[in-house]
Formats: sequence, structure tokens, C-alpha cells
Amino acid sequence: MSPSGAEFIRQIKSQIAQVDPGEVHEALSDSNGGGPIALIDVRESEEVQRGLIPGAKHVPRGHLESRIEGAVPDRSQHVVIYCASGNRSALAAKTLGELGYENVESMTGGYTLWKDRGYKVEVPKVMTAEQRERYSRHMLVPEIGAEGQQKMLDAKVLLLGAGGLGSPTALYLAAAGIGTIGIVDDDVVDLSNLQRQVIHTTDRIGTPKVDSAQEAMNAINPDVNVVKYETRLDASNIMEIIEGYDVIVDGVDNFPTRYLLNDASVRLKIPVVSASILGFDGQLSVFAPYEGPCYRCLYPVPPPAELAPSCGANGVLGVLPGTMGLLQATEVVKLITGAGEPLVGRLLLYEALGATFTELKVRRDPDCAICSREPDEISDEELGVFPDYEAFCAAAG
Amino acid sequence: MATIRIPPVLRPSVGGVKEVDADGENVGAVLRSLADQHPATQTQIFADGGDLNRYVNVYLNDEDVRVLKGLDTPVGGADVLVILPAMAGG
Repeated sequence: MSPSGAEFIRQIKSQIAQVDPGEVHEALSDSNGGGPIALIDVRESEEVQRGLIPGAKHVPRGHLESRIEGAVPDRSQHVVIYCASGNRSALAAKTLGELGYENVESMTGGYTLWKDRGYKVEVPKVMTAEQRERYSRHMLVPEIGAEGQQKMLDAKVLLLGAGGLGSPTALYLAAAGIGTIGIVDDDVVDLSNLQRQVIHTTDRIGTPKVDSAQEAMNAINPDVNVVKYETRLDASNIMEIIEGYDVIVDGVDNFPTRYLLNDASVRLKIPVVSASILGFDGQLSVFAPYEGPCYRCLYPVPPPAELAPSCGANGVLGVLPGTMGLLQATEVVKLITGAGEPLVGRLLLYEALGATFTELKVRRDPDCAICSREPDEISDEELGVFPDYEAFCAAAG
Repeated sequence: MATIRIPPVLRPSVGGVKEVDADGENVGAVLRSLADQHPATQTQIFADGGDLNRYVNVYLNDEDVRVLKGLDTPVGGADVLVILPAMAGG
């Protein structure tokens, strides 16, 4: 005779490991909420919206088999599953065991007992129905999901330049739902920009680029809060402008600003996704202060002006900033969501004519003029300065 | 014979090509061979004392030669040297 539902669950529970909420609470406290335990909430979305255990990843039981690998790729990791009372989590634990997960426990009493014991819970931010629809393709990607999308909605990203690189980056980051996008540019839209700066349009020639970019971004996604800085970044305003941003996207067209940005971002410990383009060639890297090398570790000094032509002087393939700008946008999304391996300590070279990508290693320089020191040792007077700075700027015009 | 990848800003100095083959048992010898073939590259790569200019990065395959043995780093026939200047275009 087939067992009743209750009997079936009782049998399952005898076949799996169970753990008391007190032990889970203690283990999570020891590891500051992250660490060796993967805490999985297998309840339905409606239940999770009313509250969950901080640090838990939501994998509804109905999607367990298809999504658990995205949430917990390592089958040897210690996994604790919970539901409302401990029944669904027992069934889920059995499933994970069958999938080859080696160390799985079901939390007895579930979320209800956890909450009754007075342990901390949090109420997740809830997206509107329109947001859930707009970002639905992100939600389906295990590496992003609702959690990653919420991180993007909460994120502040600053784009330096609404030009060749900034245009595609701004469009895609707005579409992706970055909550706040700052944009720094003191230029107006020019006809010669439109061969590559796809965020601008012919009927906006003569319009400030920050206004033109805002119009395009909000046309794609009205949710994005666009903060405009119609100014040129310099030593007097950089600290004020960049402070508070989570990630900075460097697409500026000159060396002095690149060094200035590097030094200020190291001081404030803000990661910079940096790209540069010329002709058919592009370079890309992520400079994460004190975690990897900085721009000065890679390039201690800029080349002389005759070896540092600008796109204005030497030209650039119009499609190239699209390629490089979207690689930048991808790195931004990875940094914010924590997905994948960011391009830290690596320099990616793209050569469009040969259609080749080359990856080079970039090491932290123990003698770096900037990042070998503590942030508070970097003075205002040093920001953006390099040997022969004045001669360089004079030669570069 | 090693292969040297030439960046866009140096291509006018080597007849417009993207790669040049050059002989030499170490990085310094290979780059001096390049400068012998294409004298215009001499001052772009080397400083007065014969060291690399500080603004020129040279990679042996994927590693910066400065973290290897600099110009004395041995080079094999199948190796690729990448000359990499900073670019600022955006």
C-alpha cells in the first residue's frame, strides 16, 4: 500500500541530515553570513517576499534541479536548505543528495522556527510587476536572478564621457536596470560624433551630450535615475563627483584625466572599468584598488604626445567603441552582481582587422607611485600628476 | 626567430605591418634586431641608456618582461613579443 503524504515525508526525513536553526545561526555568525555555508530558501516567491534569512539564496523547490548549479556550483560545499516548516526542505535535501551534493542538511522547523527564536530576518525589496517583466530575462539567468537584478537597481555607476565608449555602455547599462547612472561630459553633440556615438541623434546636434544621453537612456528605461555633470573632470571637482559611486567606467579621451581618475579612485577604493580605443585596436581592463593593479601599475607614465594620438587626430573604426564599450558594460554588470571573474589583473587587447583577442597579465607594482600607499597618504596635490605633466599637456595641446 | 607584435602607433615606423620577425637570444637582442631593421623604432622603444622607455610595456607571450628578467629574459623561436603603449582614445 502506498504511504500517505505525511508518512512519505517522515521516511524522507529519516534518510537525510537535519540541523537545528540554532546551529545554523551560530555557523552563519561565525562566517559573517557568507563563508562556507550555502543557505538555500526553497519556498515560493510570495513567501520569500514577506521575509527571508539574510544571506540566503532563493531557489524555489519547483526549479531546484534546474537552478541549484547556478546557486551552488560546488557539490562539495556545505548546503543548508530551509522552507517554512522543514518539510519541503527535507524533500529538496533528498533531491540534492541524488544530484551528487555531498553535504546537505535540512533546517528543522524552517523559517517559522528561525523567526520564533528571534533570529534576524530581512524583507527583500520587491520589484513592481513591470520591473519583473522588464528584467525577466535577467531573472532567468542563474548568475543574476532577482538578487542580482536588485543589486543592479540599487547600484550607482558613473560614466566618464558620453562619447564613443560611453554611448553603448550607457545604453546597455540603462537597459539592464542600473538604478543610478551618472554621466560626465562637457561637450555638445557634433555631426562627426555620429559615426560611432550611437546614443546621440542627428536632430540633437548642438545639444549637450549629457542631455542627449539622458534622453536616450530614459527612453529605453524611465526607471534609471540619470545624474548629469556637464563639466570637464579635473583635480578640483573629481573627488566630489566620483564619491559614492560603486563603479566608474572610464572612456575618456586623454591621458591627464585617466591618471587623475586612477589616483582619485584608488584613494576612494572605487573600481574602474577602463577601455581605450584607436584605429582598429582596443584595450580593456578592470582596476580594482588594492585588490589588483591600478592604471599606474600598468602604465607608470604616459607615452610622449607623438606616440599618443587621439581618435580625433588619427581616426577610429566606428564599430570599435561599440565592441569595447559593451565589454566594459559586461564587466560593470559582473562587478555589481558578483558573477564570473572580472578582468582584474588582466589586460584584454582586441585587434579588429585580424579579429584577434590577446590577454596579458598585469601585476601590482610594489613600487607603484599611488597604490603602494594607503589611501589617506595620497594628497590632493598629487592627484593626476606624473613626471613631465606640464610638458605633456602642453605638447598634447 | 621570435615574432614581435607592432602596435598601431609604431606601424608607420616598420612599413605598416602588424608583425615583424626578429632574431635574438633575449628580449633586448630581439628588440635591438627590430631597431636595426627599422631604425625609426630605436628611440620609440629604447631610452638613451639602452633600457626600455618607461612608457613602453613589453610582454613575452602574456607576461610583462619587467617581472621576468627585463631585457635579459631569454627568448625562444616560438615566442611572441608584444610591444604595448598606453592608448587614451575614447
